[in-house]
Amino acid sequence: MAILRLLAIRLFTTLVTLSGVAVIVFFVIRVVPGNPIAMMLPPGATDEDIARLSALYGLDQPLVTQFGIWVAGVVQGDFGTSITTRQPVLDLVLGRLPATLELSIMALVMAVILGGAAALTGTRFRGGRTEGAIDVANGMALSVPDFLWGLVLILLFGVLLPLFHISGRVTPSLELPFTTDFYLFESLIRLRFDLWADIVSHMFMPALALAIPLAAIIGQLLKQSLKETMNLDYVTLARTKGYGETRVILREALRNAALPTLTLVGVQFTFLIGGTVIIERLFSYEGLGNMAIDAVINRDLPLIQGIVLLFALIFTVVNLIVDLLYAVLNPRLRHA
Amino acid sequence: MNINRRSLLKLSAATMAAGTIGLPSFAQQIDELVIAYNVNLPSWDPTVGPSAVNPTIQGLYQSVFDQYILQQPDLSPAPGLLTEWGWNEDKTQVWMTVRDGVTWHDGSPFTAEDVAWNLARVANPETGSPIQFVWGTLTNHRVEGNKVIADVAQFDPTIFKWMYFLTGYVLPKAYYEKVGAEGFEAAPIGTGPYMVEKFERNAFVRLKANANYWGGKPDFDTVTIKFVPDAAARVAEVESGNSHVTLEMPYEEYDRLKGGPLAGVAAPISDIGMIFLNDIEVMTDPNIRKAAAHAIDKQAIIDRLLSGYGVKIDTLQTPEYDAYDASIAVPYDEAKAIELLAASGFGPDNPVKFKIQTTKGFKPKDYEMVQAIVGLWRKVGIEAEIEVYEIAKHYELRAADQLAPAAFYNWGNSVGDPTTSTGFAMFGPSPHSVWDGEDLIGMIGPLWGEADEAKRIDGWKAVDKYIAENALVIPLLQYVQPILHAPGVVVTPHASGSLLPHLMKRA
Repeated sequence: MAILRLLAIRLFTTLVTLSGVAVIVFFVIRVVPGNPIAMMLPPGATDEDIARLSALYGLDQPLVTQFGIWVAGVVQGDFGTSITTRQPVLDLVLGRLPATLELSIMALVMAVILGGAAALTGTRFRGGRTEGAIDVANGMALSVPDFLWGLVLILLFGVLLPLFHISGRVTPSLELPFTTDFYLFESLIRLRFDLWADIVSHMFMPALALAIPLAAIIGQLLKQSLKETMNLDYVTLARTKGYGETRVILREALRNAALPTLTLVGVQFTFLIGGTVIIERLFSYEGLGNMAIDAVINRDLPLIQGIVLLFALIFTVVNLIVDLLYAVLNPRLRHA
Repeated sequence: MNINRRSLLKLSAATMAAGTIGLPSFAQQIDELVIAYNVNLPSWDPTVGPSAVNPTIQGLYQSVFDQYILQQPDLSPAPGLLTEWGWNEDKTQVWMTVRDGVTWHDGSPFTAEDVAWNLARVANPETGSPIQFVWGTLTNHRVEGNKVIADVAQFDPTIFKWMYFLTGYVLPKAYYEKVGAEGFEAAPIGTGPYMVEKFERNAFVRLKANANYWGGKPDFDTVTIKFVPDAAARVAEVESGNSHVTLEMPYEEYDRLKGGPLAGVAAPISDIGMIFLNDIEVMTDPNIRKAAAHAIDKQAIIDRLLSGYGVKIDTLQTPEYDAYDASIAVPYDEAKAIELLAASGFGPDNPVKFKIQTTKGFKPKDYEMVQAIVGLWRKVGIEAEIEVYEIAKHYELRAADQLAPAAFYNWGNSVGDPTTSTGFAMFGPSPHSVWDGEDLIGMIGPLWGEADEAKRIDGWKAVDKYIAENALVIPLLQYVQPILHAPGVVVTPHASGSLLPHLMKRA
């Protein structure tokens, strides 16, 4: 019951949040300098041309009227038409969302593996040089932002040792038999490992660039939790039973220590999706982030609104899932 | 893990093998040309919407669509889909002869009907053509055999130049009417040298050579154009051999790579860097404007900041433009600048103050150039405060005539006509001009409709001379576009700045 009540409350707050985001994004992007009509005016355009184009894109109406038209459309699933691409906004953002989700999930998996391995190794060899080395590596990973890691990876694995593709999501010459835009997952389902390998080769560097800072955070927190857990009575009891240190860490301490990390991973996942904006641009990865930058440069107002609203939806849904998972995994909340 | 001699050898071999997978392809025969392009292509309709007036993607359009009139790499016009064109004697009509034997990418014949339909379409205000104000000067388009005739509603001496400029493309009438705007976006066809095989927005376009192209089949059968907006990633693309050609990288990177495994070509293009002067505040004083112009050592800026890649200019015309006049010069003269400022009561100890706006990173070294200019100005008695703005804000401020007294900008004019450089930049009533002086409006006004071409060009030269003498704007330099390419491909640069795959050949 507690979980159901939590779900209902969170769904309501999600709706309120999204409404607030819709209002803010609509008015803010119209207040900041940069009129889309002024952007497209060629030399020689007259005031009449400006008025004609403004009317064509519905920008001649009062702001409140424009907002009303947009909200009425959104409620019916019509997010408007992109000014630059002349395509429906919803089609554009939904078409790009799978690429960004796949990249984010791959980055998250990498971060959990790298961070988890660092934490476990650091805990296993705590107090020694190995832990010191891991702490130094963690510090380095945290102090360099993801786009700089991207540049470093491009130089290392794109130019010096060209193992991975530098740009794009898939090799253009490949024929894709996919029916969805989830290329990575669909290639696995169809057992097309040739395509899967190509897609992973394109995703590897951007995903790793996103994963490195997050891996450091996960590593630090998990190691701290593990070290605290290692001093608890039930762990000491396990040791007295004669279990080896590695088994004690993996079988006894990890489950309890992982709980705070799980919450962090959920929160960080939303930030990780936000980080795709710059990383996708750097690696010319055809996701939402790359599209968002173009939309901002071109002052494509309907597209900016659609992308921001979708990002907000992802953020709130991920947070909701994390809260629910936490409630399910934490016995104190589950039985409350 | 124990590292012994055997495991070390294995590791080395594995590393070598892994490295070999991605060996740069510039060492190999090029079957499929891959270009790392600097911008994304938002839309496939080159005649309407904001993309139609975006100069940076015109090269992509010209790979698939033909313009009415062909523009050659030196900017001069040549027969294209139109083989001949002109006005009648009293200039009340235009006529165009349409090329025979041309086919659309779907195999259907290209006809004069297509030309007439396209001209009428972009002249219609409801279509959303940003250049409707030009195309709308022609009305009553009709076909007579292989000729298209239209009435002149308002004489525009540059109308045929627009036929190889922004939005001057020919789309297939029957196909477009059949599939509609959305269908055309999904599967565009033209008469151009390449056909669209596959297009992934924000990722790439894959092109197949048009074997029936009237200008001859292109050298490369398949061309993939990857959209790589980040300059560092573009450089890595060519350096690693993943792409064969790229453009617009920092000049230092160009110099580093062109002599190594890659070749390079750097040629002047039709983009210029300039400083708009708004006739407000201190800029109404001619002494201050002239001092600001004379105090800038343009050549030193080009040499030191742009590694020598740039051409100094003193008018808004580059040497390739129709109204270029080499005799107009505004020399660097620090002493004269000090003298001019002193005449208005200013000097190094009592500097005149104003604001200069600039973009940062929109064009190569834009902010650094303005910093250098402010430094040069300080020496003579001008204290300028730099304000960085986004290019979108520049457009908005310029359209509203609210630019600061000085504002750095780059102006493109790939058609090379003085109306689309000096004309629109300096004619007060234009939303692109911030100089509102009546004297200049009086000089420019009659030139818009001047029917005598020689008189028209001379008139613009006189305008440029007047502008230079009174320092109504500060032209700085013509940009040079760096292109890096694999040795296996020969790249012909186009002065418009468009990177055209059909002009590329195998070495």
